[in-house]
Amino acid sequence: MTRLPAWADYVLIPLLNLALALGVAGLVVLAIGENPLHAMRVMIEGAFVYEGALGYTLYYTTNFIFTGLAVAVAFHARLFNIGGEGQAYLGGLGALLVCLALDSWMPGPLLIPLAIAGAAAFGALWALIPALLQAYRGSHIVITTIMFNFIGAGLMVAVLAGPLMRSGQSNPESREVAEAARLPFIHDILNAMGFDIASSPLNLAFPIALLACFGVWVLIWRTRWGYALRAMGQSEPAAVYAGIPVARMIVAAMAISGALAGLMAINTLLGAQGKVVLNFPSGFGFTGIAVALMGRGHPVGIVLAAFLFGALFQGGTELDFEFTTITREMVLLIQGLIILFSGALALMFVPWISRLLGREGGA
Amino acid sequence: MTWLDLMLILDSTLRVATPLILCAMAGLVSERAGVIDIGLEGKLLASAFAAAAAAALTGSAWVGLLAALGISVFLSLVHGFACITHKGEQIISGIAINILASGLTVVAGVALFRQGGQTPSLPREARFPSIKLPGSESLADVPWFGPFWRELVSGHTLPVYLAVLAVPFVWWLLWRTRFGLRLRAVGEMPVAVDSAGISVTWLRYRAVIIAGLLCGIAGAFLSIAHGAGFVREMSAGKGYIALAAMIFGKWRPWSVFFACLLFGFLEAGAARIQGVALPLVGEVPIEVVLVLPYVATVILLAGFFGKAMPPRALGVPYRKER
Amino acid sequence: MTTPAVRLTGITKRFGPVIANDTVDLEVASGTIHGIVGENGAGKSTLVSILYGFYSADSGMMEVDGAPVTIADSAQAIAHGIGMVHQHFMLIPDFTVLENVMLGAEGGALLRDGKAATRAELLRLERDYALDVDPDAVVGDLPVGMQQRVEILKALRRGARILILDEPTGVLTPAETDRFFDILRGLRAQGVTVLLITHKLREIMDVTDNVSVMRRGKMVAHRRTAETTREEIAELMVGRTVSFEVDRIDAVPGPVAMSAHGLTWHDAGGVARLSDVSLDLRNGEILGLAGVSGNGQSELLDILAGIVPVQAGRIVIGSREVAAQSPADPAQMRRLGLAHVPEDRHQRGLILPFDAAENSVLGYHDGPRTGDGRLLDPKAMHAHCAALMARFDVRPGDPRQRAAGFSGGNQQKLVMAREIEPEPRIMLIGQPTRGVDIGGIAFIHAEIMARKAAGCAILLVSVELDEILALSDRIMVMNAGRVVGEVPRAKADTRRIGMMMAGVAEDSAA
Repeated sequence: MTRLPAWADYVLIPLLNLALALGVAGLVVLAIGENPLHAMRVMIEGAFVYEGALGYTLYYTTNFIFTGLAVAVAFHARLFNIGGEGQAYLGGLGALLVCLALDSWMPGPLLIPLAIAGAAAFGALWALIPALLQAYRGSHIVITTIMFNFIGAGLMVAVLAGPLMRSGQSNPESREVAEAARLPFIHDILNAMGFDIASSPLNLAFPIALLACFGVWVLIWRTRWGYALRAMGQSEPAAVYAGIPVARMIVAAMAISGALAGLMAINTLLGAQGKVVLNFPSGFGFTGIAVALMGRGHPVGIVLAAFLFGALFQGGTELDFEFTTITREMVLLIQGLIILFSGALALMFVPWISRLLGREGGA
Repeated sequence: MTWLDLMLILDSTLRVATPLILCAMAGLVSERAGVIDIGLEGKLLASAFAAAAAAALTGSAWVGLLAALGISVFLSLVHGFACITHKGEQIISGIAINILASGLTVVAGVALFRQGGQTPSLPREARFPSIKLPGSESLADVPWFGPFWRELVSGHTLPVYLAVLAVPFVWWLLWRTRFGLRLRAVGEMPVAVDSAGISVTWLRYRAVIIAGLLCGIAGAFLSIAHGAGFVREMSAGKGYIALAAMIFGKWRPWSVFFACLLFGFLEAGAARIQGVALPLVGEVPIEVVLVLPYVATVILLAGFFGKAMPPRALGVPYRKER
Repeated sequence: MTTPAVRLTGITKRFGPVIANDTVDLEVASGTIHGIVGENGAGKSTLVSILYGFYSADSGMMEVDGAPVTIADSAQAIAHGIGMVHQHFMLIPDFTVLENVMLGAEGGALLRDGKAATRAELLRLERDYALDVDPDAVVGDLPVGMQQRVEILKALRRGARILILDEPTGVLTPAETDRFFDILRGLRAQGVTVLLITHKLREIMDVTDNVSVMRRGKMVAHRRTAETTREEIAELMVGRTVSFEVDRIDAVPGPVAMSAHGLTWHDAGGVARLSDVSLDLRNGEILGLAGVSGNGQSELLDILAGIVPVQAGRIVIGSREVAAQSPADPAQMRRLGLAHVPEDRHQRGLILPFDAAENSVLGYHDGPRTGDGRLLDPKAMHAHCAALMARFDVRPGDPRQRAAGFSGGNQQKLVMAREIEPEPRIMLIGQPTRGVDIGGIAFIHAEIMARKAAGCAILLVSVELDEILALSDRIMVMNAGRVVGEVPRAKADTRRIGMMMAGVAEDSAA
């Protein structure tokens, strides 16, 4: 076995993967006939420089932290949760139902925690069925979670175009939730404290996401349950031998994973938009896979990777304005490349770097 | 319902099922060799775009088909490079290909045509025409057979016929040829194949290349035979339904074929029952019908109608040295 | 002298830091049965894998029938007339015998033509070598002995004149082994050169013409079988006079600590793996469980440890009764005072990517070893592990080193240390010294003896009959999932136990 020093494993390799992905994307830009460096500058300005840009970047970062953590928690148990997209979608339904039922009278401090719990519960629920099938019927969780993305999407269309459709609207979307249910915007808070901050959709879901990161770190590396989870992920026979209840752990890990994905909904529903619109997770659940891979499953890495993807998404929208030939889908391309390089081709560079560092490569 | 109605429904079923059949056969060949193919959707999308773009630029459907085959095989090779050569995670590689395809098609579409990711609408000459089989007019009045021949059998585009032919071809290839014996062996126990002096790597590469070719035909069907140009996210989950059909058919060509027809029938039928009150259940929302293939596959995977046994070595990269 | 069938000169192969073969020379005379013996990990399998093209040697030369050859893959080995029967069969369970034999030698792009030709060829081979099997049987349905024949037929069908057999008898009973040796003699009579890899001395003495001995990657001796003795070979294998002699501590067996009554267990396919197994395990005694591997010992260990639920019968520990209606998982069994050293340390006993400290709490992670607080205490885990490693002489004594980085012996000591530390009242020990070096074996045997002296009730499962004989107070023999009989230590000898392992019951064996 070839092993790299930790810094190479956790810093060098992810950076190399990022550089490669950006390099290939740059070649595509070049082929289109634009200057890649110019495109890069546009994206960086779009992500950080313009008024409110950083706020938008962090708003997207929030989504990616949740979906990235969701993928990572499951992955520590060697479970591949591809259903983040559907779980986030259903999470929106959970929070929405709480709001629709209670927001006419319940004050915010009570309502918001309940709505957050609703999002987590519905996300968990949507992960629970594939988890139960995997744990007790041996159904491949990758396939079932993919199927549940589609089933969830169908269900949400039916609901948003049916019973929950806002009256007097032709678009399938819910009504807006009451002001009491909304998470405060960061710019409102900071402005009230006397700072002058441009408005952006960044809201209190962001610190909640950071708290979730800390929570996941404690859970995975500092609890006995987390030890059992990692043991199961590394070797199921050893876990069975140790008396770890594997089936129950699968269900619990997936429920937590689904709940984290479901929490993504609070950023949009309770934060930015105040309503559930058709297809609001818009691929962020899938981006969570890239975030988790690049962040190497560690909360700190996930925050950094989520920030990177947040910047890419926000910067990507700027491409639409600046170029007629390049669109924000460029970011999807980069995302695909990052998943390819840091996930599927993860082993490609190891022997090579290992030699470069003067370490003997294994047979 | 008249005989003619039935023929018309089956006709549209076959049309809807065509990309499913081709992609499911692609998945079957790849997975029988032990390589998971979640990337069917991406290959379908990318080849639909390539076909439409090439046909739009050259005015030839045949060039379009070639382009579709080319890009699809290229993505298969990327998958192979990651999963076979570098022993990467096959599921992750498939997801990467799907996301890459959805980004790349729009980026390239905008760069080439400036129509928001679509290709221009294709003229008749740049598409595969319907093929009128002999006798479809003259025999039209023959009872039973006439409508059957005219509505169901005749009048499809080339990829539809290729899809139907792909099923016996894949069956023959896998169960009646040396290549097929080896391919199935490599999906069950690659070390036995290696020990027999056969290259595991090359076998698996050939399997993913065949999968690429089949997906390429499916993509061409979407954009230059069934449709008249490419629109964003044109594959719309068909690659995943094909994956579901492949599992539903338990990795066996004829069973997979019927699963595709069943799923195609549900989709074709969904449009017809919209707003219609059915006996017993009343009015069924179209979304419910559209998710039935996924629900059915989940129920199958749960082991409620027989166990679906995947090839033993599916998803496991072959490592010679430990 | 005639040209040797195989001549290897100076073969060297490294896996990372490990030298598996160190300038190995070997000469195999044509038309003979040549044995290669050595302990587990001596490099025998690596050497023949190089000859068969599975690995490529770092340096060295190979000659087949006097001509220098390079063998980069199995296809080239086959082309040179070399065939191999692997320890783990290379057969596809879902394929028929015919399809398995054809694979790689199909005789044309279409199967149709090849099938008829292969069938005819199979019939001829079966006749010539007395190797009858049904060509249309599905391999997965065949008994192990039959599958082995299919493997041999596969090699012969490809025109093998040099046949390598890697530990072929591990899965056979003594009687099946004898039949198998007849097949080998038949092959020799037909001019086939046989290379037999084994670690069992009886086989070497019974069937080979010549024998080569390997030890720690080196070839240490070549002998004519007729001119050597079992004792000499054994000494060459381990580098000193072997004795599985253990300083025995005789303790008076105490009360029954654990008992099993009528355990019967069927696998997922409905095949009975255990039939009506009962046993009493007393404090202060070692009960040895002998048998050819795959005769129910592993299943019995798993059920007793709580890993596999009881289907029929019951287990009694003190006042607790474990049965189908009142199951116990491994965690509960541990709380009842049971410790389990699993047969396979790589799969179960250790989590190879985890470090030593994390491994030292596996199965005990809910207890005080992980600290006193609500959260894990890494400092406490490390301190605890360092102490454990010092006490059991695990080297290097670094709690942060990954389990994968330790040698086999040190890995096993780590597992033993973890399981012995809570001073269990009952221990289940599977294959305690598989792949462990001599020094490690002595240490582990002494620890087991010490536990017995301390009053622990020990069930020992080992495929090494000598180990069972050396350690046990009583020996129970299993065959086909049943207990064939029980022999007290004083009356136990290899022949008698061997008969019982083959399924011959006590009374008639005596």
